[in-house]
Amino acid sequence: MRRYFGRKLLIYGLTFFVAVTVNWMIPRFMPGDPVASMVARANVTRPEAVAAMQAYYNNLFGFDQPLWQQYLNFWAALFRGDFGLSIWLFPTPVADVITAAVPYTLGLIIPSVLLSWVVGNWFGAYAARRKLLDNTVLPIGYVLTATPYMWLAVLLAWGLGVLAGLFPVAGGYSFSLRPNWSWDFFLDLLHHWTLPFLSLFLVALGGWAIGMRNMIIYELESDYSTYLAALGAPARLIRRYAFRNAVLPQVTGLALQLGVIVAGALVTEIVFAYPGLGSLILNAIKNKDFFLLQGTFLFIVLGVLIANFIIDIVYVVVDPRTRAGMAGANA
Amino acid sequence: MTALQEVAPREREGVRREALYFAVRNGKLVTGFAIVFALLLLGLVGPLFVDASPNEYGPQPMSPPGGEHWLGTTTFGQDIFAQFVHGLRSTFVVGVIGGGIAAVIGMIVGFVAGYLGGIVDEILNMLTNIILVIPTLAVLLVINAYLGIRSVLVQGVFIGLTQWPWAARAIRAQTFSLRTREFVDLARMSGSGTGRIIAREIAPNMSSYLFMTFILLFGGSVLIASSLDFIGLGPTEGVSLGLMLQNANQWSALQLGMWWWFVPPGAAITAIVGALYVANVGLDEVFNPKLRET
Amino acid sequence: MSLQVSELRVHYRTLKGEVRALDGMSFELADGEILGLVGESGCGKSTLGKSLIRMDGRMHHVGGRVVLDGRELPIADDRKMNDFRFREVSLIPQYAMSALNPTRKIRRMVTELLRSRGTTVDAAELERRMNQVGLPREVLDRYPIELSGGMKQRMVMVISTLLDPSLLIADEVTSALDVSTQKAVARALLGFRDSGYVKSMIFVTHDLALTHHIADTIMVMYAGKLAEKASADVIVKAPRHPYTRLLLDSLPEVGVRYAERRLEGIAGSPPSLLDPPKGCRFRDRCPLAGDECAEEPPVVEIAPAHHVACWKA
Repeated sequence: MRRYFGRKLLIYGLTFFVAVTVNWMIPRFMPGDPVASMVARANVTRPEAVAAMQAYYNNLFGFDQPLWQQYLNFWAALFRGDFGLSIWLFPTPVADVITAAVPYTLGLIIPSVLLSWVVGNWFGAYAARRKLLDNTVLPIGYVLTATPYMWLAVLLAWGLGVLAGLFPVAGGYSFSLRPNWSWDFFLDLLHHWTLPFLSLFLVALGGWAIGMRNMIIYELESDYSTYLAALGAPARLIRRYAFRNAVLPQVTGLALQLGVIVAGALVTEIVFAYPGLGSLILNAIKNKDFFLLQGTFLFIVLGVLIANFIIDIVYVVVDPRTRAGMAGANA
Repeated sequence: MTALQEVAPREREGVRREALYFAVRNGKLVTGFAIVFALLLLGLVGPLFVDASPNEYGPQPMSPPGGEHWLGTTTFGQDIFAQFVHGLRSTFVVGVIGGGIAAVIGMIVGFVAGYLGGIVDEILNMLTNIILVIPTLAVLLVINAYLGIRSVLVQGVFIGLTQWPWAARAIRAQTFSLRTREFVDLARMSGSGTGRIIAREIAPNMSSYLFMTFILLFGGSVLIASSLDFIGLGPTEGVSLGLMLQNANQWSALQLGMWWWFVPPGAAITAIVGALYVANVGLDEVFNPKLRET
Repeated sequence: MSLQVSELRVHYRTLKGEVRALDGMSFELADGEILGLVGESGCGKSTLGKSLIRMDGRMHHVGGRVVLDGRELPIADDRKMNDFRFREVSLIPQYAMSALNPTRKIRRMVTELLRSRGTTVDAAELERRMNQVGLPREVLDRYPIELSGGMKQRMVMVISTLLDPSLLIADEVTSALDVSTQKAVARALLGFRDSGYVKSMIFVTHDLALTHHIADTIMVMYAGKLAEKASADVIVKAPRHPYTRLLLDSLPEVGVRYAERRLEGIAGSPPSLLDPPKGCRFRDRCPLAGDECAEEPPVVEIAPAHHVACWKA
């Protein structure tokens, strides 16, 4: 067990190291003079922001220092939680801007991922090897999983928002309200949350249903299923075993899909002007706020790594073989 | 989606003929490829029939689909059909470049790691796993934001460079199971070099698998490119389906009820990627007899 | 009479047409008898084994009957056949190493399987039988991945015979094992018969030498048909069908120096069962073939319990 998690943590540690290094390298090894070109491209009108930007870049890049010193400084700043100041929301620290946006993104991603995974697996398993259902679930699943997240979001916003007028199509809450702990505000929040959630949920749902359907077909063809059938076991038992075994690769699949899901959440937020990380990125790009962009990048990488580690733990819990193998290895 | 079955080496000639027999009778495969080819053809031929350059401002803004502008115009009077057919081209270019580069890197890493094993495998596997967990879009965001990607081609290259890890992992696993087979042993004993064994013995035995991997990478590249375009980090020159969606969103096509602006590009992406996925299932059924409906 | 198979025909559906894997097989199997079923791969022996318990999707029953203990087996009806499976006919599959669900502990899997068939596990009996094949009771609390290949194989043997079936089909159970394990498995199967866990057994294999150790009767198949059937000793010492003789000649013998006596396979290959030739199917490879072989030889009982399908026998 220690070996397994040790290895995983090593990989995640290295990944974070690589991500930070890439983040450090990109502005430095870009062609041309980064400070000049960024200040020029930033197009910021507020003079105090321009001055701050220049100061920050010079300070951060520290071109008078050797490269290794610059690199170490970068890490040191990181550990202090210092991502620099946002240009767009000058002079708010990048860390604060991100912390304010993260709850919205997590509030979208976590329910939509978990629900789509559960419902999708259930649909897929149920449809497999049942002709009629298979022939409907499969095409619908493929269309959903091939849909660009933002397009489904746009369609839902147009159909259920603009045309039907059932849901608001922009923002995390109504402009007339101030965030507070009241019941009204919560309902308003939920109202704004529904469409972005629904579009994320639907696109992801298709992928899980198809994945499960394909996995379970392989399991139903496997030797242990054939053996049970030869001993006259009812289809119900065989399917139950197949499902149990087919779920395992789906757990691994969840880890592999995290990147895609995060990407989907970002563009969905942009469509609905939802105040999460996606909208931050859009504004960072519009305002050439590179500190904010890089901070968000590191934050996303960190979040994905943590999610990966949680999935690793879950996998050990659900696959008895990893535990059995580990017990054997320790003994 | 990426659940491809293990491939078993069989007599190649017979398998090829049998595969062809099932291929032309597989509804999923035929329908999928038919849709993709139809859209590819539209992208290739379409621009020849449109006089309007896709980004040129026209005199009739915001007109719905009709005789003069088949798919209507944008708020700036740009012809949406012209943008659409040019955008299709970009989509296929990004798919081929991104999917192709990712497939090549994935194959090299996967073959070498799976065939050589040992320390080489350890290192390559570590590298693959590291890049695998970094969210692709996030990396591309930072790269594109700094470099300011100009052309569709460069966009495809960067997508290809970041998308290969899962393919490498899958190919490595396949190679691993093939390298101990008798025909590979035989080639090794008869003195063939590593490169030759991989190219002559291993790759042909998983050619169908490799093709299916490429299809999935193609679809993935198209989707990532459209997301990048939508965020505003698309190519600064040219048109793409993702950029059309971005413009529609940016200029409030939704609130103005200009459905003809945002429906076609999204529908085309969905159709291309979805049709490829469905064709992929068809291919899987053709190459894995177990999956055929009995 | 335990098992009577008469004129059984089972075909495979393929692209190129019907493959006649079993083309009119008739034989009988007595209570307590172990029948060794041998032949080259593709001769239909595995098809016969599968037909008696569960046909796969591409197989279909064309004609003939199978009667077990006086009751006809509905072999073409997958659903009706369920009543007979496990209780009357059981199987030790070729893939015994991978036949156990990898994510269930053995005890739980056995319990759930038996419950699904409407019975319960007699724990004492189960452990006694495991003991008989040398499996400690702790195995029940393990996952299959924790067992060795041989242990999994023996566990499957115990599970398959738990309901004391009348007929047990052992399909190539020894092909994946090394020689010493093969002997142990063969002994265990004999023990099952002697303890009355199974009444009769069909031991499908391509290994004539091993069959001789455990089978009472040996049946040789060729191209979907019966070639010769007689007691094990007669088949080995006084075979009458030229195919059986060639099979025996191609076996290596212990103590024989091969420099002096070259091992020979049988020249040529079996005919395609898509469109089998008229007359004797072994004719093209037979050293004795003559004009009469253009007509199909019937199965004749040339001596008590010795059946041969050959004009020259």
